[in-house]
Amino acid sequence: MTATTHSAHLATDGVHVWKIRGRRAVVNRLAAFAMYLAMGVALVPLIAVLWYTVGRGLSRFSLNFLTHSMAGVGPLDRNGGAYHAILGTVEQVLLASLMAVPLGLLVAIYLNEYGSRTMAAIVRLLVDVMTGIPSIVAGLFVFAFWVLALHKGFSGFAGSMALAVLMLPVVVRSAEEMLRLVPSAFREAAYALGIAKWRTILSIVLPTASTGITTGVMLAVARVTGETAPLLLTVFGNQYINGNPFHGAQSGLPLLIFQQASSAYPASVDRAWAAAFTLILIVVVLYVGARLLTRRDALNQR
Amino acid sequence: MAAPGSVLASRRVRRFESFRAITAAAALITLVLLLAVAIFLVVKAIPALRADTASFLTAKGWQPDSTPPVFGVAALAFGTLLSSALALAMAVPVAVGVAVFIVEYAPKRIASWLGYAVDLLAAVPSVVFGLWGVVFLIPRMTGFQHWLATRFGWFPLFADPDGQTATASRSIFVAAVVLAIMVLPIVAAISREVLRQVDPALKEAALALGATQWEMVRMAVLAPSRAGIAGGVMLGLGRALGETIAVALVLGTSFAINWHVLTPGGNTIAANIANYFAEAGPTGRSALIASGLVLFAMTLFVNTVARTVIYRGAVRRGGDR
Repeated sequence: MTATTHSAHLATDGVHVWKIRGRRAVVNRLAAFAMYLAMGVALVPLIAVLWYTVGRGLSRFSLNFLTHSMAGVGPLDRNGGAYHAILGTVEQVLLASLMAVPLGLLVAIYLNEYGSRTMAAIVRLLVDVMTGIPSIVAGLFVFAFWVLALHKGFSGFAGSMALAVLMLPVVVRSAEEMLRLVPSAFREAAYALGIAKWRTILSIVLPTASTGITTGVMLAVARVTGETAPLLLTVFGNQYINGNPFHGAQSGLPLLIFQQASSAYPASVDRAWAAAFTLILIVVVLYVGARLLTRRDALNQR
Repeated sequence: MAAPGSVLASRRVRRFESFRAITAAAALITLVLLLAVAIFLVVKAIPALRADTASFLTAKGWQPDSTPPVFGVAALAFGTLLSSALALAMAVPVAVGVAVFIVEYAPKRIASWLGYAVDLLAAVPSVVFGLWGVVFLIPRMTGFQHWLATRFGWFPLFADPDGQTATASRSIFVAAVVLAIMVLPIVAAISREVLRQVDPALKEAALALGATQWEMVRMAVLAPSRAGIAGGVMLGLGRALGETIAVALVLGTSFAINWHVLTPGGNTIAANIANYFAEAGPTGRSALIASGLVLFAMTLFVNTVARTVIYRGAVRRGGDR
């Protein structure tokens, strides 16, 4: 592998390329230029979005913003904050994780340790299908099932069910990848010592893969934390602080951004940016945490 | 596979079996969940479909709460497909270029950082892209869209018959730009993985035969990766079709089938659900569920094709060796 990349670099080192003349050399240069251009074009929106969010967000971001709700705040008022939304987001994401992570782990264990070839293939296919469910459809499903069919109202819990539907396939696939990385010698050694299979899985396979699984879970959490569409149909939004996720409409950071961004007034748009900054901060912390964990992961080092 | 034979075996076997049953039950719950999604959407869509006095699949307007209810998904499905196709046309060349750059052109050290940067783009929540689109992009796009319409108006997609582009820019084109930014990291990440798996021997052979770097990339790297990249593009399409919030924020809504992508207006299935849900009555909400069912079917189809293409590509590559 090292030798290959080395020789590939040698060929582009200049001396060799210069011998190629005329049209081919020009095309080669143009192609290289196009690749550099593509990379540049891709970085522009990233930098623009992050720079703008941090710049606009920081100017409105404050301790006051984090500790106040939108109770009684009109679109023209300059005060108001995201406390109710942060509270809602934390509760909804926590509840979603409590449902999706254990279930996803069990499914991953079934796929990797127990399921027969055909059964595992079928379940894997359906999990892939689930990955493709648009987030708004997950929201519609919970709305149809929870609000329309069971006559329960909008609540944080309804939102967390929609988020769990979106999280589940991500957790299953990443946990399965990590379980597959655990060397079978570990399992065989445990069996040789007379340890039962369930115990081998719980006390040897899972702990070995735990860092990788945690990384996958954090990425899944980061993904659903920014989901807005399903919350619109299930959590609905609320200006006031509602600490009970099982009763009544709540707010959430993505919902707050959406509502404030839909308004034309500068004070509302400023609040949207501050909330966007808060949300990106949470998501980036989760992502960086996941990356740092991966770096320390023994299984990924080999 | 059972526990080793001993006096304890029977008890161990029982525990082993019960844990196995728990994991199997979890797998079963997943299947039931997926079935439930389909069933509940269908059941709750039926009342609106029954009440609809227009043809749901071919009608263009959306007045499910008027008496009698008149609505159809045609304009929404059209806007969904048009904006997604346009987004792919913008994103795919850049995304493949980024993947090639990271795998073949960039120095190793920078390459992994650039990979992180592109992944970070995927981590930005869609509502933030929507906010950025409204505040940053829309005011800056008016001039560009007007320029496109005046210079390239002979091209049917870019025509501006009523001269609206001079002042307004909440068009399908702007929505497609935002979608393109969101699809880009998905296509780039999958293409990168596919390109990385190319057999180094192929590349060496191309270079040894005197190919330039670009010829090597084109013949030894891109050619065998076509199926994998196509799969990545399809997954990106699935994402673009279902994207809701960014489009809902950026697009000015109208219910017409309009090929002129630069003129304001247009709508997508997902954005319509987000925009209309709060004010919808019982029939309106049921109608939105029906439109969600159409979206679900579309993304299901696209994702299945994507998985098959990626799977076939992997099998073929495996078979070559």
